[in-house]
Amino acid sequence: MANTPDYSWPPMGQRKVIGQRVKRLDGPVKATGRAKYASDTKPSGMLYGAYVACPHAHAKVTSVDTSEAEKMPGVKAVHVMAPAGTEIQWQGWEVAAVAALTEMQARDAARRIKVAYEAMPHLVHEEDLSKAGANARKGSEQKGGDADQAFQQAEAVSDGQYGFPVITHCCLESHGSVVQWQGETASAWPSTQDVTGYAGQLAASLKIPATNIKVQMDYVGGGFGSKFSPGAWATVAANLSQKAGGRPVRLFLDRQMEQTIAGNRPSAFAKIKIAGKKDGTITAWDSASWGSGGFQPGGPPPQPYVFVNIPNYRRVHTGVSLNVGPSQAWRAPGNQAASYLTCCAMEDFAAKIGMDPIEVFRKNVNYAQPAFQERYQFQLSKAAELAEWKKLWHPRGQSGAAPVKRGLGVAVGTWGGRGHASNCRTTIHPDGSVLVEIGTQDLGTGTRTIITQVAAESLGLPVGAVKLEIGRSDQPRDGASGGSSTVGGVSTSTRKSAVNALEKLFEAAAPALSALPEQLEAVDGKIQVKGSPAKSLTWKEACRKLGTASIAEMGSFNGRNDGAGLSSEGAAGVQIADVSVDTETGLVSINRYVAVQDCGTVINPKLAESQVYGAIIMGISTALFEERIMDRQTGHMLNADMEFYKLAGIGDVGDIVVHMDIRPENDSKGVIGLGEPPAIPICAAVGNAVANAIGVRVAHLPMTPEHVLNTLEGRNA
Amino acid sequence: MSSKKGFSRRGFLQGAGVGGVLGTGLLEREAEAAPAGAAIAGPGAVPITLTINGKPVNLTVEPRVTLIDALRDYVDLTGAKRVCDRGTCGACTVLMNGKSVYSCSVLAIDAQGKSIETIEGMTSPEKMHPVSQAFWENDAQQCGYCTSGFVVACKGFLDEHPNPTEEDVKHGLGGNLCRCGTYMGVRAAALQAAKQMKGGKNG
Ligand code: FES
Ligand code: FES
Repeated sequence: MANTPDYSWPPMGQRKVIGQRVKRLDGPVKATGRAKYASDTKPSGMLYGAYVACPHAHAKVTSVDTSEAEKMPGVKAVHVMAPAGTEIQWQGWEVAAVAALTEMQARDAARRIKVAYEAMPHLVHEEDLSKAGANARKGSEQKGGDADQAFQQAEAVSDGQYGFPVITHCCLESHGSVVQWQGETASAWPSTQDVTGYAGQLAASLKIPATNIKVQMDYVGGGFGSKFSPGAWATVAANLSQKAGGRPVRLFLDRQMEQTIAGNRPSAFAKIKIAGKKDGTITAWDSASWGSGGFQPGGPPPQPYVFVNIPNYRRVHTGVSLNVGPSQAWRAPGNQAASYLTCCAMEDFAAKIGMDPIEVFRKNVNYAQPAFQERYQFQLSKAAELAEWKKLWHPRGQSGAAPVKRGLGVAVGTWGGRGHASNCRTTIHPDGSVLVEIGTQDLGTGTRTIITQVAAESLGLPVGAVKLEIGRSDQPRDGASGGSSTVGGVSTSTRKSAVNALEKLFEAAAPALSALPEQLEAVDGKIQVKGSPAKSLTWKEACRKLGTASIAEMGSFNGRNDGAGLSSEGAAGVQIADVSVDTETGLVSINRYVAVQDCGTVINPKLAESQVYGAIIMGISTALFEERIMDRQTGHMLNADMEFYKLAGIGDVGDIVVHMDIRPENDSKGVIGLGEPPAIPICAAVGNAVANAIGVRVAHLPMTPEHVLNTLEGRNA
Repeated sequence: MSSKKGFSRRGFLQGAGVGGVLGTGLLEREAEAAPAGAAIAGPGAVPITLTINGKPVNLTVEPRVTLIDALRDYVDLTGAKRVCDRGTCGACTVLMNGKSVYSCSVLAIDAQGKSIETIEGMTSPEKMHPVSQAFWENDAQQCGYCTSGFVVACKGFLDEHPNPTEEDVKHGLGGNLCRCGTYMGVRAAALQAAKQMKGGKNG
């Protein structure tokens, strides 16, 4: 066929499978404990690994003696990653590892490895910039318009300080893998967000061809941005495996190491001033921010956020290098901090001029990118309606005399979410069975279900008629699941691949229907002549016309423009938190939480809602409870567990109302990713609701009783 | 849910240098029910028999091996997960004599003589228990790593509280944590399963 087929989505009203609330296809294996994760994998002959981690936050290794460990029962391999001379930059740094017949034996042996250190001075705190010394690196000031003049002429100026601590990803499945390395070939069963890229990255450190590394992952127990690279961890497991004569080695971080070194979200602190008019119009922005992503200080969160075109601004950011485990991408990198800083500062400005913050957001919406302005206006109204804002909101602090105060807070978010480059293969067999293959991964976002729905829709089949295989390095290449890029990528490549395969099937079936291939369509399990459904073959009959030759067609997306409007970018959302604060105990509880979110064409509203619920629950957890606590003296993380690093439980999150903004004007944008967008505004919405309830800004998250009571009593929180 | 208590049993035992001696209050209570002569075991591997999903299973494990590790590494029942390994998250939940326990906080040798039910014994994709079915229908799983623990804890809870309110569910399942944020689905699933289990007499 010379002409490019029409890949575009069927019109909204005519879709049979896309847009349906199909139940998650891997629900049954997950809800019965049969899903096998990398950490469940046990290839025959497998050994168990254990680490030796550095107890100092900053030190030089002076000697490593493994002789005693090597003689311990069951030990098959010992590998040293940080030999004498290595400068260690954080507590938990991997120094050596052991592989043995049982995990207990591996741990016993690891304890016998004698490492001597020369401790060095460390810095593990960044809130107080004046104590950061040479570890603080100030960036250059950025300016636009005339901020000085705007502040001088302002009818009102608000200023405040805001802080957002380091938190850890705390994936329930820790980082690690099972690796088997024998000579020139290796097999890996990793817990990863990037099946396609894994072999290449591991190959670089093992110095064997990427084609000789087989990667397989069926399920992953959480990543949230922290599992893109094999890390040093897979290399260690591989080295242990090779030293043990090629036996596979399972090496996962224990919970303490997971919390200490496996990834975290950078902190963000800022002093922000806003100038404006009494009618709510903002005229100038001034921010001095700082934060740390660990030893690499990290960059500034984008400010002002969403309201990017405030005409007069001045901003400067200082990065602080700390002796702590490194940050990793966190669900919407930079954007949670950006939303927190901007939306809290705007709420303070609204309080200063005695205006409803929603009205202030509306008043300044023309500072947002033009494509978002109308959507934010709509979403602000919708969220306000769902949260009963008119009835429940009150000016800051006017929350009555009773000790428990109620308050509402609003915040906004935005994210790109364009699909990554992706390739898919659809095979149609003469017996009518259909196989779809992509080397992608399902992080729990519903990727399996989405791909299957797109293929089924495209082929005119029910979901159950399509078999899907993902998670292997030898399948058509996809991308890493990060930045909400998966759904746009896989839905586009799958659509193209399925349509290409269908065209071939039309060619085979056309003669039997006395029609031209381009006159055919696939509907409800039949191949029929457009406009005359009586002239049709069942799907199976049509496939039989293939004789003995199966169809196998690729579909590819370059990650930029798919040419058919299948996917694009630019999601927006508005969220409102409704909280109660007990001013006697400092306890903050969520009454209700409302999210209005768009993400273009929604393939499965049920799973889309789950994404939003999940993002909000995770966000509420970070806003109320989570904080990495470092000990100044020892440089240790004090709460590297799940008892004192507290995650929200089922009773801690209030009632959550999710409204997917599926209006036709959004649907026409094509598929846009959804993992990050709803995760952005929560800290800001909760922070603003608390300020609205108690009448003062609690400068630092999380909203723990300690921070709330310190603020109420005027102690420096 | 009173049987769910966090004990740092392994650290305690090793820290105290007492090998497999049954030392804590909890373990003493368990020891009363154990056969005579079982009070001291180890420190080397010892033969034990566990009753898992109705069948006797013979194993040789060191006394310090926890029930979760015995299930996952010695029997290859990997539905229950080891996440915090310290009695906080519930991912390792199994039923012991019908009650939810954190299997990371029970020693395998102390689970002898008890009936242990894991998710594999309770439900399967082919024949889903109403709790699993309700988890599926209400999309109470994302990555799924916490899900086995939640499903088992939910069954244990509903067996004791067949008519729960939503508030009861929030308390009853408060001992399990999910990082992906599936709690809305879990609440709905627990309430739906309660209805179905009463109607269908399952469980
Ligand atoms: S692993 Fe047992 S409670 Fe967390
Ligand atoms: S579904 Fe991922 S931790 Fe619960």
